[in-house]
Amino acid sequence: MSILVYCDTFEGKFRKVSLELLSEASKIAEKTGDEVHAIVLGPSAKALAEETGKYGAKKAFYCEDGVVENYSTEAYAELVEKAFDESEPKLFLIGHNPRGKDLAPRVAQRLELGMVSDVINIEVEGDDFIFTKPIYAGKCITKQKCKTEPAFASVRPNVMAVEEKGGDAPELVELTPEISLDDIRAIVKELVIQKSERPELTEAEIIVSGGRGLGKPEGFQLIEELADVLGAAVGASRAAVDAGWREHHDQVGQTGKVVSPVLYIACGISGAIQHLAGMGSSKFIVAINKDPEAPIFNVANYGIVGDLYKVVPVLIEELKKALNK
Amino acid sequence: MKIIVCVKQTFDTEAKIVLEGGKVSDKGVKLIANPYDEFAVEEAIRIKEKEGGEVVLVCVGAESATEAMRYCLAMGGDRGIHLSDEAFLNGDEKSAAAALAKAIEEEGDYDLILCGQVAVDDGSAQVPQRLAELLDLPQVTIATKIELEDGKAKVTREADGGNEIWETELPAVITAQRGLNEPRYPSLPNIMKAKKKEIKNLTPDDIDADTDEIGANGAGTEIIEYFLPPKREAGKIFEGEVDECVKQLVDALKNEAKVI
Repeated sequence: MSILVYCDTFEGKFRKVSLELLSEASKIAEKTGDEVHAIVLGPSAKALAEETGKYGAKKAFYCEDGVVENYSTEAYAELVEKAFDESEPKLFLIGHNPRGKDLAPRVAQRLELGMVSDVINIEVEGDDFIFTKPIYAGKCITKQKCKTEPAFASVRPNVMAVEEKGGDAPELVELTPEISLDDIRAIVKELVIQKSERPELTEAEIIVSGGRGLGKPEGFQLIEELADVLGAAVGASRAAVDAGWREHHDQVGQTGKVVSPVLYIACGISGAIQHLAGMGSSKFIVAINKDPEAPIFNVANYGIVGDLYKVVPVLIEELKKALNK
Repeated sequence: MKIIVCVKQTFDTEAKIVLEGGKVSDKGVKLIANPYDEFAVEEAIRIKEKEGGEVVLVCVGAESATEAMRYCLAMGGDRGIHLSDEAFLNGDEKSAAAALAKAIEEEGDYDLILCGQVAVDDGSAQVPQRLAELLDLPQVTIATKIELEDGKAKVTREADGGNEIWETELPAVITAQRGLNEPRYPSLPNIMKAKKKEIKNLTPDDIDADTDEIGANGAGTEIIEYFLPPKREAGKIFEGEVDECVKQLVDALKNEAKVI
C-alpha cells in the first residue's frame, strides 16, 4: 500500500507545498512501512516526476499528454483516479492551494470518499490517520478521521517541513488519459499571472503587511521597501484592499489568504479578529502601530508604538546594516 | 434562466467560540447567511435582472437557517427549498452535497448553479465540487468574474499570483469569491416581500434521498475532538526613541527570535 501525494507544479517547477507533502508522506511512511508514491501532471511532468525520489517517492505517476497542457478538472481528476487504481493508497495527500481546492473534492466525490480539508497536522494511530483541522477561521481546532478508505486530506501550505532525503529516482509510470480535449467542458484558456520577484504569500517565510494606518496607497511603497530588504512577500489587511490600495490577492485574513510565515510584520494594522484568522499561526509577529490599544499588540511577540512613517524607514536602515546589505 | 444558489447559515465571523461539553456551543451566537453565499446570490440576481428568469435557493440546515434564506430572498431571490429534516443534519461536506444534489435533481431544468466558494465555519471548500461531480456538471471555482455568452461562461478564477481565465459549458457549478460583486443590502420593502416568498420544506422521501447518504449516516468524516487553540501571549513592546526601539527590535529578531 502507499501514501499517494499529488504534486502540484507551476511553470516547470514544484509548488513548495508539493515538497512539503512528499516530506510529510516520507515521515508517515517510515511509521507505517508503506511506499511514497507521487502524481505529477502537466507540462514537464516526467522530468519533475523523476525529482520526487529526492523527497522519498519510490514510484511516480505522470502524464504530459496534450490533454493536460492546460488544467481542466475533468482531465486531471480522471488521471488521479487512474493513479489511485494503480497505487492502492491508504492515504492520499494534496495541497490546500487553489489547484488542490478545485481538484481534490471532485476526486474525493468520484471515489465516494470523505475528505478533511486544510489539515495542519497528521498523526498515525495504528491503522488510523488523525487529522488536525482548524474551523471557524482557526478560532477552534478539531481532530478528525476519515470514515472511508483510503484516508483523503488536503494540507495547508507552508506548515510542514521540507526534507530532502536524497533518494534514487523513483519508478516512473506513465498514465494514459482516455478523455480528449473535445470531451472537456471546462478548461483554463489563459493565465494572467503577475510576475513578481517576491515570494508567494502562502509560501513566504517573511511577510510585511500594511493596513489602514498607512493612510494612503503610497504608503505601500514603504512596505515594499521593507519587504525587499527582507526578501519578503507583501500582504494587506482587508481595510487596505477595500480602500483599493492593494488587490484582493494580497489580502491576509479570514476572507483573504491564510498564511503561516516564520515572521509577520504588521504595519498600521489594528489586528481585528478576522485579520488574526489569516496570520495568527505566524511563528513571530511584529506590530508597528501608533495606537497602544490596538488589539494586534495582544498577539505580537514584539511591538513598537509609534508612527510607522517614522519607524519603518529607521527599521529599513537598521535591517540593511544587520543583514550587511 | 433558472439559477440555483446553494446557501447555508453560519456563525457570524465576529463570534467568539465557546466549547460546552467538548463541542462548539451556539448559545447566544449570531447566525448569518454565509458571506460567500451572498456573493453567489447577488450574482444570480444580477443575471436574472439582465436575462430574466428566476433564482432558486437551496439550503441544508436546521430550522433556524430559514432566517438566512429569508435574507437571501430579500436580496432578490425568488423562492427557496429547505432541507431541515433531522435526517439531513449533523453530517459533513459529503452528506451535504448528497442532499443538495437530490434536491436540485428534483427541481430540475436549471441553467446554472452558483455557490459560495467556501463556508466561514468549516472552511472546507468541498461541497460545490462534490455537487458538480454528483450532477455530472463542469465546475469553475473561486470566481471573481462571470461573463455569460450563448450557453457558455467565461470565468476569471483567482489562483496563486494571478488569475486563470476559464471557459465552461453550461449548465455548470461556479463558486463565488470575494470581489465577484458587491452584495446589495435588502431594502425594508424587499424584506417585507420576502416574508411571503415560498420556502418549500422537503423531506428525504420528497427528493428520493438515500438516508445512508445524507446527514450523520452519510458523513465521510468524523470529528473526534474539539479544542481551543493556545492563546498567543502579548510580547515585548519597545518604548522610547524611535532609533532605540528599532535597534532593540532588530536585536531581538536577530538574537532572540533568530528569524533574520
